[in-house]
Amino acid sequence: MNAIVVNELTKKFGDLIAVDNVSFSVKEGELFGLLGPNGAGKTTIINMLTTLLVPTSGSALIAGFDIRNDPDNVRSNIGIIFQDPSLDIGLTGRENLEFHAMMYNIGAEERRTRIAEVLSVVHLENKADTLVEYYSGGMKRRLEIARGLIHYPRVLFLDEPTLGLDAQTRRSIWDYIRNLNREYKTTVILTTHYMEEADYLCERIAIIDNGKIIALDTPQRLKDEYKSDSVSLTIEGPSDPLLSGLKGKEWVREIAADNGNVLLKVINGEDNIPHLFQIAHATGVVISSVSLHKPSLEDVFIHLTGASIREEDGSKRAGMREKHRRRMMR
Amino acid sequence: MIQFTAIYVLWLREMIKYVRAKSRIVGAVAMPIFMLVFLGLGFRQVEVPGIPGEIGYIQYLVPGILGMTILFSSAYTGMGVIMDRQYGFLKEVLVTPASRVSIVIGMMAGGATISLIQATMMMVLSVLIGFRLPSLPQIAIAIVIMLLISVIFINIGLTLSSVLKDFHGFNMIINFIVFPLFLLSGALFPVANLPGVIRVFSYIDPLTYGVDALRGIMIGYSEFSLAMDIAILAALGAVTVFMSGYFFQKGEAL
Repeated sequence: MNAIVVNELTKKFGDLIAVDNVSFSVKEGELFGLLGPNGAGKTTIINMLTTLLVPTSGSALIAGFDIRNDPDNVRSNIGIIFQDPSLDIGLTGRENLEFHAMMYNIGAEERRTRIAEVLSVVHLENKADTLVEYYSGGMKRRLEIARGLIHYPRVLFLDEPTLGLDAQTRRSIWDYIRNLNREYKTTVILTTHYMEEADYLCERIAIIDNGKIIALDTPQRLKDEYKSDSVSLTIEGPSDPLLSGLKGKEWVREIAADNGNVLLKVINGEDNIPHLFQIAHATGVVISSVSLHKPSLEDVFIHLTGASIREEDGSKRAGMREKHRRRMMR
Repeated sequence: MIQFTAIYVLWLREMIKYVRAKSRIVGAVAMPIFMLVFLGLGFRQVEVPGIPGEIGYIQYLVPGILGMTILFSSAYTGMGVIMDRQYGFLKEVLVTPASRVSIVIGMMAGGATISLIQATMMMVLSVLIGFRLPSLPQIAIAIVIMLLISVIFINIGLTLSSVLKDFHGFNMIINFIVFPLFLLSGALFPVANLPGVIRVFSYIDPLTYGVDALRGIMIGYSEFSLAMDIAILAALGAVTVFMSGYFFQKGEAL
């Protein structure tokens, strides 16, 4: 059964098409990623799926409930960790968690247990009774994550969950998300512009740019399909015999040579390097060094969009887009 | 459809924040106190046309100031929603399973409680400048009337906060609405003293009936009958509840 079914979802803000005819589905218990630069439309998709925005056209089912016709049922089955702050800074951390849990009708006893549990995950036990106003940015983020997990939702939405967090906290949150996904069979859909996050966590990834899905597959297959491994060789003597020996091999995608350096694009680099040496040996070429570079999602992304994922620069532009969008919504 | 836990959570949150925000308490009663002290003491000896001599200006003024206190503090509820929207907390509330109706009722309950606390504070303070309190049952009825007034203006504020989503726009509109409503209501002087054209606006101002009802019950003097005032207030209360509920449900969250 599918936890999320998205069908030709579109959202326009004036003449800006933020989400353009997007369709995909997420299986029950899957960890699914929406990867793309800032301003690609990821958050708008999440906002529609969590019933905060009404789609311009198209539809979606969350846990079997229609986001347009049955928003109340959708909401009782989901949890969301927003990209932008959504805490009440006039309350303490514990109060924020407490109130959230109460909204989901979690009993007092159970609330206490779960609050202690999520606080320890995000390492905020000692700050729980401080007003959120005095939290640092990272602490606020962690509290928000704790809050989104507390009611064990069936479908958990994470919008840039680890944006601006240090590596250690990020890793522990990743592990918690995985754990939650495994133990409680929570379906997780997360947006990110961190390649390594999508790669580490997600079973399948949809790459989004300008409101459209441009690729959707497992991280491994995306990497396999869009880019092969790079193998660079340093050889002694002329390279021509080796090059002619490699020609016609189906596992070699590209060959480039420059004096004693040969750069190859090879499928399954680690399996084929031995073959490479055999050919070199047979043609009398001596290889003095070899290095293998596995493709990253970043490479895939560059391949697909012709641009690297925009981070700092992009966020400025996305910020302007966001402002523009907000203005138009008034 | 109505979830009491959700209502309770939103109400409790308002209470906690209200108790913590000392400046808000002081700020909210400062204006009515100035009005009460300076107008009350300053005009104490003056014969205002339309006010029977035996009542005295202070007796006449206090119910008006109570109406004003409720009006100002209720308008603040809408401001709170705008701030929650700005700081993102509103969407956190909106993605929980709480129904929109419960959310609106919760906000209303919080705002109304605060309005009543402040009005009660004003009532006690007014004794210090010489206001003669009515009997307890009369005070109880006055509190019900104040609740009605506060429901009306909270819902007007909530409606505006669903339509005008940014802080500055809301602030401006509220100032344009709140002061005329206050001045037209007869809180400070009898509406009958206003020229005919302006009086028309007084009679479409809900606060006019609120202040009149408070006077009727607290000092035994009113322009309209108490029953009519309360009927109008109750009807307006019901209409505005549905209005704010409708706009809140319809408006997008972001």
